[in-house]
Amino acid sequence: MLGAFLRPYRGRVGIAVLLLLAQAIGNLYLPSLNADIINDGVITGDTGYILRVGGVMLLVTVLLGVFAVGAVYLAAQVAMGVGRDLRRALFRTVQDFSSGEMGRFGAPSLITRTTNDVQQVQMFVLMGLTMMVLAPITGVGGVIMALRENLRLSALLVVVLPLLALVVGAIVRSAVPQFRAMQRKLDAINRVMRENLTGIRVIRAFVRTAHEERRFGEANADLTRTALTVGRLFALAFPSIMLIMNLTTVAVVWFGGHLVDDGTMPIGDLTAFLSYVMQILFSVMMAVFMVVMVPRAAASAERVQEVLATEPAIRDAPRSVTDDAAAGLVESRGVEFRGVEFRYPGAEEPVLRDVSLMIRPGEVTAIVGSTGSGKSTLVNLIPRLYDVTAGRLLVDGVDVRDLSRDRLWSGIGLVPQRAFLFSGTVASNVRLGDEDATDDEVRHALEVAQAAAFVDALPEGIEAPVEQGGVNLSGGQRQRLAIARALVRRPGICIFDDSFSALDYATDARLRAALRTETAEATVIIVAQRVSTVLHADRIVVLDGGTVVGTGTHEELMRTCETYREIVYSQLTEDDVA
Amino acid sequence: MGMPVAKAKDFRTSLRRLLGRLRPHRLAILFVVLLAVVGVALTIAGPKLLGNATQRVFEGVVSRELPAGVTKEQAVAALRAQGEGRRADMLASMQLTPGHGVDFTALGRLLLLVVGVYLLSAVFSWISGYLMAGVTQRMVYTLREDVDTKLGRLPLSYFDTHARGDLLSRVTNDIDNIAMTLQQTLTQMITSLLMVVGVLAMMVWISPLLALVALVTVPLSILVTVRIAKRSQKQFAAQWRWTGTLNGHVEEMFAGHDLVKVYGHTDRAVAEFDEANDRLYAASFRAQFISGIIQPAMNIIGNLNYVAIAVIGGFRVASGTISLGDVQAFIQYSRQFTMPITQVAGIVNLLQSGIASAERVFEVLDEPEEIPDTTRPRSPAVPRGRITLEGVSFRYVPDTPLIEDLDLEVEPGHTVAIVGPTGAGKTTLVNLLMRFYEIDRGRITLDGVDIREMTRDDLRGTFGMVLQDTWLFGGTIRENIAYGAPDVGERRLLAAARAAYVDHFVRTLPDGYDTVLDEEASNLSAGERQLLTIARAFLADPAVLILDEATSSVDTRTEMLIQKAMAKLRQGRTGFVIAHRLSTVRDADTILVMDGGRIVEQGAHQALLDRGGFYHDLYRSQFAEPVGEGV
Repeated sequence: MLGAFLRPYRGRVGIAVLLLLAQAIGNLYLPSLNADIINDGVITGDTGYILRVGGVMLLVTVLLGVFAVGAVYLAAQVAMGVGRDLRRALFRTVQDFSSGEMGRFGAPSLITRTTNDVQQVQMFVLMGLTMMVLAPITGVGGVIMALRENLRLSALLVVVLPLLALVVGAIVRSAVPQFRAMQRKLDAINRVMRENLTGIRVIRAFVRTAHEERRFGEANADLTRTALTVGRLFALAFPSIMLIMNLTTVAVVWFGGHLVDDGTMPIGDLTAFLSYVMQILFSVMMAVFMVVMVPRAAASAERVQEVLATEPAIRDAPRSVTDDAAAGLVESRGVEFRGVEFRYPGAEEPVLRDVSLMIRPGEVTAIVGSTGSGKSTLVNLIPRLYDVTAGRLLVDGVDVRDLSRDRLWSGIGLVPQRAFLFSGTVASNVRLGDEDATDDEVRHALEVAQAAAFVDALPEGIEAPVEQGGVNLSGGQRQRLAIARALVRRPGICIFDDSFSALDYATDARLRAALRTETAEATVIIVAQRVSTVLHADRIVVLDGGTVVGTGTHEELMRTCETYREIVYSQLTEDDVA
Repeated sequence: MGMPVAKAKDFRTSLRRLLGRLRPHRLAILFVVLLAVVGVALTIAGPKLLGNATQRVFEGVVSRELPAGVTKEQAVAALRAQGEGRRADMLASMQLTPGHGVDFTALGRLLLLVVGVYLLSAVFSWISGYLMAGVTQRMVYTLREDVDTKLGRLPLSYFDTHARGDLLSRVTNDIDNIAMTLQQTLTQMITSLLMVVGVLAMMVWISPLLALVALVTVPLSILVTVRIAKRSQKQFAAQWRWTGTLNGHVEEMFAGHDLVKVYGHTDRAVAEFDEANDRLYAASFRAQFISGIIQPAMNIIGNLNYVAIAVIGGFRVASGTISLGDVQAFIQYSRQFTMPITQVAGIVNLLQSGIASAERVFEVLDEPEEIPDTTRPRSPAVPRGRITLEGVSFRYVPDTPLIEDLDLEVEPGHTVAIVGPTGAGKTTLVNLLMRFYEIDRGRITLDGVDIREMTRDDLRGTFGMVLQDTWLFGGTIRENIAYGAPDVGERRLLAAARAAYVDHFVRTLPDGYDTVLDEEASNLSAGERQLLTIARAFLADPAVLILDEATSSVDTRTEMLIQKAMAKLRQGRTGFVIAHRLSTVRDADTILVMDGGRIVEQGAHQALLDRGGFYHDLYRSQFAEPVGEGV
């Protein structure tokens, strides 16, 4: 996955790697200069030489600094760029999700993936671009330089390097699963804590505080155990690596001493050789550090990838109908369900089965039924938030799957069950329905939605601020703004999904009266709990257990439909009904 | 360097308090410090000893070149005579055995010593690391336990008045941050400081002049770090600001996903996102770049130091004032010197944010707790559910009277309906009954026992409640239903599930009763969640039932069925029902009509209607209107 996102930056990555390479080589060159100072300067007492080579060393040092800054510049640009691109790709992918995919991941999880997980990945890229490149170059370079400096002494490395690899390998093998476990347990403890906070009233009411404390205690002990294992592993790891390398330096002096004594190696090379061994050690340490970072970044990358790899179940058909003329079906406007079935993936029973309905324009169609009878699911199929699993759903005579979604949506005014408002102003929320609506049009929509009175009472009127989720408004006010938002676009199909529940009965009635004239031409679908809301609809559809058990006017249904009568009697007294 | 450095308000006090929590582990820490002192001393001794070994080799080489049989003094004199004064000076400071090569027995003995030193220092650092891991983890463990216990003791008013997200962040993110800080700082702080001191001492011992050169770089590196950090801090602040903006936007767009799509808002959502995203990129790029300069800058300074030591050391070796081995040791020391200084700077930075977190956690720990349960609790022998309120007064805010002098008597098995417009204080009564809040005056009794004389657990054990916000935890549906009565058998569980009408929809789920609910229980609809909590209350089988707008998100048909079952359940039990819907409360024995926090009317449905007061108006406005006048 990272590969694809790094591709646009390959030029900069290349230059950064080159700079790092130069830096690593320079770092390796310094000890050999130092060796020269000792061999040819100190021992011979040639101060001019010492100064000359010292000058070269300084020059190299400054040059290396410039390289390093250049590499950091590029690495930061690439890493943050990859982060930005990942976020952009994630956001666009999620925008294309249907409700099915949204439900599968859940909005909170998608938010975490777009922000925190990407953050992890981009930090990993940054570290990777500097350390991960530098570590092997330094390591391999150190080995090469050591070989060049003295082949026979380098035989030591044949023993040391495999030993080091073995130790590092063992550490990594035991650390990686532990780190994953720790991340999991950290998530677990946070989840318990979150639940304890949100459910505090229930926990106390059911006298389960002790139980929850035990649950938390277990998660805590579990996490502590793993964290302790990790901590102790690293307490062992670093001294072990240090010890191996330190013993190597001792061996270098011992065997090197013999070589110097034989006259096969100049004394200055001994110092240089020691420096190379140190650099190899340094690169191994860096590698271990990187490996520690990998599991966390990998987990994040996996979570990001999972989203990016998700194909939205609902897409535009390759040759979708985009304009009315092509549809040519203006006479058969309205919404038609033909033997529609819908089931959630993997569910035992369908939510809707064999639903056939014709919902005509210019009529008000109400849908009633008990919880779980499939009312909301039914209306959510119309804007293709979900796709039918069998049968057909036609809008204006065309299967919704053949319509372009933009064309489909532009004709729908949806007021969802939860009246969600965006942060902004009253006007900006209403204008979500129609960006180009004039102030007068906004005002008109507010009036029809019975929201004008309370909006006018706000000090800033239609420019009054709305906080995220509309928390500064009451439930009824939110619902009315959501209705205004739908009305301002003058849609051909109006869907009110239990949108009047928070209104008092008087407002409810006034609103429905105003809607009558406003949406005379439109196909109006009202999902409702209250009988009084649906009483005067042109047609009432009664759902029970996912099937249509009755359609007709209130009077007809009172005669023919047992389920409908039950609903009515549960709400109205006998004489009210009569 | 990726975290915003939140500044602690009172760094010293909080640091002292955090360290105070280490007190139970002081023996272990003392031991760790001792080990660290010895370990650091050994680590520091290593290069010096190794330097001596190199010097032995060097001396061996020089000795071999000298003719055998002459003494060192003769050889030096000979060199002077040849006019090689400088070389003579160098030789004069050496231990030489002219004619002989490297003395391998002496070298071997020296190197064995070095091996011993390194072995010991490795073992010591392992033991201290092992101990320190235990200390930090145990301390964080108890901190978490303390916070969790504390949350159990805080009054409900605390949770009602503090933002949940912030509290959650304190007990999760902040404690994590403390754990990380301690893990990374404690041992490092000890060893780094000891290293600086020890290395400095060794450097001065080897060569005061070279030590001075090395010391010059200290203020230089501090200056550079501070100046760069100041600039990057500004960019980091911008980075976190834009991260916040982006988070907010993403959260809103994802939460309102369906609307964004159906209303064709996608393009604008994307445009706004891109704007924030690009700004975030710019800020974080600058932040990372600027702070990334610190390391190369430190390297340059370190290398400058290296060159200076090599050059000056070279001169001094040549003049015989310092041995080659010492120069080599010095170079190693100077490397070891810059590292802990950079580390200490990093630790202080990290500590700042760790202490800021600790401060936030301590704030929670310092909150006043609930009044403790009475030490000699009483309890009705068999709870029957007779509840009386005598002259009860209560206010959330001292200046705003809410419930004043309320009298109420509820016989066992009776149903009390509480009605009134939103904000009338209907849930307040429940808060008082279950002693979530303490009353200011008067008394509440359960079967004749003042509820303050009972333990809270005993009191709440007699209540069962279904709340407006449906809390379910991340477990199976089965576990959620059995929450109030974890030990019941399958038969009773299924009976409760059927009674609450959850059985049908649970069976439509892929795993039935073993379906695992995710954190927000987003795989269930609001109505289904509500039904589950009702099943939970059914199963708990309480003496007193509280339904806090229990059926508000359940449609009327289901509500009616529940009411039937509820009527059965309520036999012999006292019930408090809060609802907007008047049909729910028509059958209640007593109706409490609340308005503005006060109980304005009290009586049976018909009697209240006949009275033609507040209840009458409420009833008219909701029921009588829709029928007859057409829409």
